Amino acid sequence: MLEPVTVSLASLNITTLAPMVIAIIGALVILSIDLFKGGLHKSLYVMVSLLFLLLDLGAIVDFGNLFLRNGTILGMFDVMLIDGLAILAQIIIVAGSMLFIPLALTSKRFHEYNYPEYFALFLFMIAGFQFMVSTDNLIMVFIGLEMASLALYTLIALHNRSKSFEAAVKYFTMGALAAGFFAFGSMILYAITGSVEINQIALALAKDEYTNIGYVLLGVTFLLAAFGFKLSMVPFHTWTPDVYEGSSAALAGYMSIVPKIAGFVVAMRLFEFLVHSGVVWLQVILYVVVVVTMTASNIWALVQSDVKRMLAYSSISHAGFVMAAILIGSTQSNTGLFLYWALFSFTNLGAFSMLWVNRQKNLVPGQSSDHPYEKFSGLVRTMPMAAVVMALFMLSLAGVPPFALFWGKMYLIGSAVSGGYTVLALIMALNSAIAAYYYLKLIVFMFMKEPLPAYGRKYLMNASLSLKTIIGIAAVSAIFGVFAVNPLLKVITLFVYNSGY
Amino acid sequence: MQEHILSILIFFPALAAMLGFVVHKDSAKAYGITVAGIEFFLSLWLWHIYDPMTSGMQFMEMAPLVSAFGINYMVGIDGISLFIIILSAFFTLIGILSLTETRRVKDLILTLLFLEMTMIGVFSALDAIVFYVFWELSLVPMLYIIGAWGGPLRIYASVKFFLYTFTGSLVMLVGMLFMAYFYYQATGQWSFSLLEWYRLILPVNYQMWLFAAFFLGFAIKVPMFPFHTWLPYAHGQAPTIGSVILAAILLKMGTYAFVRFSLPLFPDATVAFMFPIAILAIIMIIYGAMVAYAQEDIKQVVAYSSISHMGVIILGTFALNVEGISGSVFLMIAHGVVSGALFLLVGVIYDRRHTKLMSEFGGLASVMPRYATIFGIMMMASVGLPLTINFVGEFLSLLGFYKQSHSYTLVAGTAIIVGAIYMLSAYKKAFFGPVTKEENKHLKDLNKTELYGLVPLVVIAIWLGVYPKPVLEPINNSVEAIVQLMHDKAQTPEAQKRIPNLAKTGTMNSVQEAH
Repeated sequence: MLEPVTVSLASLNITTLAPMVIAIIGALVILSIDLFKGGLHKSLYVMVSLLFLLLDLGAIVDFGNLFLRNGTILGMFDVMLIDGLAILAQIIIVAGSMLFIPLALTSKRFHEYNYPEYFALFLFMIAGFQFMVSTDNLIMVFIGLEMASLALYTLIALHNRSKSFEAAVKYFTMGALAAGFFAFGSMILYAITGSVEINQIALALAKDEYTNIGYVLLGVTFLLAAFGFKLSMVPFHTWTPDVYEGSSAALAGYMSIVPKIAGFVVAMRLFEFLVHSGVVWLQVILYVVVVVTMTASNIWALVQSDVKRMLAYSSISHAGFVMAAILIGSTQSNTGLFLYWALFSFTNLGAFSMLWVNRQKNLVPGQSSDHPYEKFSGLVRTMPMAAVVMALFMLSLAGVPPFALFWGKMYLIGSAVSGGYTVLALIMALNSAIAAYYYLKLIVFMFMKEPLPAYGRKYLMNASLSLKTIIGIAAVSAIFGVFAVNPLLKVITLFVYNSGY
Repeated sequence: MQEHILSILIFFPALAAMLGFVVHKDSAKAYGITVAGIEFFLSLWLWHIYDPMTSGMQFMEMAPLVSAFGINYMVGIDGISLFIIILSAFFTLIGILSLTETRRVKDLILTLLFLEMTMIGVFSALDAIVFYVFWELSLVPMLYIIGAWGGPLRIYASVKFFLYTFTGSLVMLVGMLFMAYFYYQATGQWSFSLLEWYRLILPVNYQMWLFAAFFLGFAIKVPMFPFHTWLPYAHGQAPTIGSVILAAILLKMGTYAFVRFSLPLFPDATVAFMFPIAILAIIMIIYGAMVAYAQEDIKQVVAYSSISHMGVIILGTFALNVEGISGSVFLMIAHGVVSGALFLLVGVIYDRRHTKLMSEFGGLASVMPRYATIFGIMMMASVGLPLTINFVGEFLSLLGFYKQSHSYTLVAGTAIIVGAIYMLSAYKKAFFGPVTKEENKHLKDLNKTELYGLVPLVVIAIWLGVYPKPVLEPINNSVEAIVQLMHDKAQTPEAQKRIPNLAKTGTMNSVQEAH
């Protein structure tokens, strides 16, 4: 006979679920609105999503205050773990989503936005990412990851370009493989330690002094491969440019930011203790992956002829750059990771939104893809403001001071220097120089070439007030990001430090 | 207002440029002249209220920027930066005054005003990151000027210019982060303040690496041999105004940074690298002169002569004594005036003939006497004729290095004299002999606009050549402070020997005797 288990409701600490539950309720509300009255305009769903995201953000900020007072909050049999990392990551996830969702209010009609399911799936996805970051239980991570990914595949497929289906299927297949890797890796770690919680695994491994190092390495290899797919690390990156190209520019921008921060947080939780426990092999592998991801994707980006594909490769490179923080593994570097990603999300989403705004319904004869460089030729003559804003995003991405991303770059390189990784710091710096070339290429096209008559009236086809607002917010944050750096640094350091990273 | 004069000087042109978007394009030039004029007037006022007897920083301002990481907006000037700032304001004014460009003038003028902000920012920054911000930001307007108004190869030239400098600067950034980290280790606090860094005495082997990291950033900017390959392209393709600003001000950022950063921060490393760098400098002098001699394009002659003169500046800087450094700082200003004027003059003939090949000219002296006269004076100044501005700087630089090594100075001195050949021969080809080309027979001499730009430069070139004291004295005072700081910080016996101790000897007198 099994003993009956009594659990008091208070010990469950159900409130830890609040942020995710808000997002899920939001999704359900959207579905029920559709049940009562179909055919409503997309603006309704956008605003409802935005409201629920606001509530979500409010709940997270509330937890932030609680965390600063009482420290890490556990709940649901210790499956939920709300620490500083979880809070920071959730803020970035939700804030990024809030910037993304108004991009649906385009002036052109896109059929995906006619489905309320699009917005419901979107909110489910956010809940998934939130679950993923606020736990250190590998099973929970897996559930969150799959919940988010499945929703995301569908969102990509809903875009009605022939390439979108290809992109969705490609992403799905690769995602399924990654999920397999993840499950296998977790299984091995469970087999040797008897736990699926990362801190328990760390304790168990430390206790028997890594006697099963062979199995640990095997498990970690699988996990690394899984994260390699999710974070698009070279050599697991091959799906990224195709998927970005197939999905709408706005969604591509979103994919380059939000899913990755969720991945980074889990990677940080998992690899941090391994790096610190002196598993040299992992350090070497991470070092190689970081350097190769940064450099190789930069070089691929150089030869792209389409701006969106260039941005896809460049976001792989940015991810590699940030992955260095996990390798360095100091409080400063982890702080740098969040700082970088917070600043990056504004700039990168701004850049992708600029592409989204310039989306054409039909391609011009001879145009091979949606956004070839030639399309932006001489933009400063026809649309000076758009050209200046686009150039601003490019300069910020290239890390030209005083624009936002420079400060993230500087802080991360600084953390490499103080972590003793001098060569890595130099490689990071030189990679920024390589990257400058392809960002400049777009600026050269926009400012120094003559406009092509074929694209005469193809600019800002998709613009609407809300899109312009989002771009405006991104541009302002790129210019005045410098003044946000100090408060951001203080808050992030506080959260990261108090979480023990 | 006096205590915020530097911030006003830095941000006034940028603010004016923002407002300038509203100004109608036909009035843009007048607007540009007004703004640059006010800015120049402010810079003169700065000189007026500057106390030449104080050697330290003046008009300091500080505001926290990223205080969690020790980054503060901190500006201040001493005698070294004062005159380069005035020069920047002056050349922006002259450049806009003598602007003959007709394509998209408004964009060009607004870009120039943004560029002015970055230039003055670089020369007044006392925080390494603020310095870096302006240093990098100055690339963007210049990229646009070369890329949008330049010659046929303009895109290649502008991107090359940007990437070269950007790469070097990023290595320098890593160096700066290292310095901040050392400061953090020593004091437990992050700081990028240059004045705080001055107090730090670094182990010699660290100094070597850091010196190398900073050197790469600065040397590409100067540009020192073998990092000079971007310069001829940039000059060759840039419009006149771009070349003028590039030669007169932007190149000085590199040499200025040597004086401001490398020397006082890493005195031991500086001494250790003194002779290798002197060799590079001498190569620059000789090689620049030789390549200049082989050019057919008169603008390239001036461009390569710039490389040659920058070699003298570097040599003077690395003399590590008051004469040498003062001379090199003075030569920065002198070379700014002279090369700026020469590029303006080349622009004049290019506007008339749309060619820069010397074979297309010949006998211009009889057609354009005023032009030939001014070109002649500036050419003489460039060669370093006594009683012209360059002479003072070159002489002091060489005198300074003579104290370190007789043989090197001898080679450099001879090279400078021999170097005069290319200038004289270029002048001969273009101005003397019969007028062979039909198109040249009816060229118009300098008009009023061009004279407004050129005459002040001639006046300065001769005035400061005859009587350099008002400029040299403040420079001298500030340089003495730097040399003394270097001497106090020097650890190796070699460095202590090479860097003079001013506390006991009155070096001041010897400089004044020198001219």
